[in-house]
Amino acid sequence: MAEAIASKIWVFVEQRQGRLAEVSLELIGKALALAEPLGWPVAAVLLGHQVEPLVERVLAAGPAEVLLIEDPLLADYCNQTYAKALAGVVVPARPEVFLLGATALGADLGPRLAARLRTGLSAHCLDLELTPQGELLAVVPGWGGNFLARISCPKTRPQMATVRPGLFPVPQAGPAKGRVIRLAAGLDPADLTYRIKAVEREEVRDSGLETAEVVVAGGWGIGGPEDWGCLEELAAALGGAVGATRPPVDEGWAKEHQLIGTSGRTVKPKLYIGVALSGHLHHLVGLKNPGLSVAINQDPQAPIFEQADLGLVGDFREIVPALIEAIKSY
Amino acid sequence: MRLIVCLKPVPDPKHWNKLRLDPETKTLVRAGVPAVINPLDKKALEASLRLREAHGGEVIILSMAPPEAAPVLREALAMGADRAVVLSDRAAAGSDTLATAHILAGAVRKIGDFDLILCGDETIDGGTAQVSAQLAEFLDLPNLMHVSDIQAGPPGPLLVRSLIEQGSLLVEIAPPAVLSVAKEINEPRYVTLMNILQAEQKEIAVWSLADLCLSEPCIGLQGSPTQMADLFAPQRTKRAEMLAGEPREMARQLADRLHRLGYC
Repeated sequence: MAEAIASKIWVFVEQRQGRLAEVSLELIGKALALAEPLGWPVAAVLLGHQVEPLVERVLAAGPAEVLLIEDPLLADYCNQTYAKALAGVVVPARPEVFLLGATALGADLGPRLAARLRTGLSAHCLDLELTPQGELLAVVPGWGGNFLARISCPKTRPQMATVRPGLFPVPQAGPAKGRVIRLAAGLDPADLTYRIKAVEREEVRDSGLETAEVVVAGGWGIGGPEDWGCLEELAAALGGAVGATRPPVDEGWAKEHQLIGTSGRTVKPKLYIGVALSGHLHHLVGLKNPGLSVAINQDPQAPIFEQADLGLVGDFREIVPALIEAIKSY
Repeated sequence: MRLIVCLKPVPDPKHWNKLRLDPETKTLVRAGVPAVINPLDKKALEASLRLREAHGGEVIILSMAPPEAAPVLREALAMGADRAVVLSDRAAAGSDTLATAHILAGAVRKIGDFDLILCGDETIDGGTAQVSAQLAEFLDLPNLMHVSDIQAGPPGPLLVRSLIEQGSLLVEIAPPAVLSVAKEINEPRYVTLMNILQAEQKEIAVWSLADLCLSEPCIGLQGSPTQMADLFAPQRTKRAEMLAGEPREMARQLADRLHRLGYC
């Protein structure tokens, strides 16, 4: 290797067909914040074929180094080629921390790479801390969000983690301070163990959830599609968007793209109204710093009342129509 | 086709309100919480049964579980699996995903020839979704996650649909391989009384880790690079300010607040 790699925290930069995953930039920002007290440089690792046009955007997020691994065999994502190429650079450089987004791709690559490196990986993290000794503590959800665990990886390096998208802000693009280090992938055509025959993208149905200032979310207690409409009406009256917890999506009352929380979207509204939902962590992890949160639920013991600012105990079938009427009266 | 299904007994989510955190040991007290087949593993089993029905062959359950989990494996056999292998060994306790994958890989090697290993994408308890990919890595096999459809026309490669954000990939992958399934793949069948009776005859082999010739430092707590530094319930210190009155009154108070904040 011609140039020595100085960085201690590495962030995997995810791209498919040249499309950069935003979570990678979020993680570069988080890594820079974690590394600062220790004075550790941060690297972004970009793999692919003809992905150099993405380097500028990555550098603008502020890493000290961009490790660029280009190879025609990396044109389509395959976990074995990607894990092999990454292990080839991680092993000699010995970074302390290696972060990936907890996306479909990152959640597939992370464990494969961790097994290859015989190191530990914390999955779907909600938060990361770095101790003054350089020990990574990752907060992960478990047991349907009933409990949280803080996971460490004391014996092996790198300490790996996949982190949920949407938790940290994308750093503002600034002047490029880092340098680009080109590295060889070291791949053989036999490493490509499956072939992607087709990519089928659903029409991007932007529900506006992620950018909405008002989010009305419904849960299991809505009971069926016939009552789902009142949420749409309430959201419309407030100029907001409708989201859902897992059960209404599974039941088909709400659409997959309306799912808020684990394996769904992260929303950052100024006003959140949770209707007939219990408030499990798997939903609430998708709700970032709402300005005002309101809960409407029949059950006064529902955990949502321990998270919300304002609580209304009662039947949403009575409260929501009255609320829409009152809102419209202004 | 010879199909191995990895299956984990997990505490029944219907009874999770009984789970308690022991503040001393920082462990979960699971007393009184019965075990069920992890829901996505059940779908992996269903997918395997359908492949066997279409192409012939054998479906083998592989599970790392304490002996108490036997009823759960009986259910899997009643669904139609041919036989089960259970790894029951105290030395496996405390295994994280890496150590678990290492142990399962040893068991798969002992089972021998196979076309596919099927798993659920993730379990409902730990939910790390790591074991399938790590198992594949240890066996040096290709793997796909988030699988929603498997088209097999042996001999030759399989055509597998793998879900990604806003879409899916159609992937050609040759057996032997590891596939982990997403919830979209199927609805598992129900078992009948007849199925349950037939399952009584089926074999559940119990293996210990010594049967697998694994190296000691790779299993259990010792072989687990990750450690749980802390386990805690999410902060529930806040208590919402509760609005009082009849539904219409509460709605009016809320609308007033929203009006003052400029939302209407």
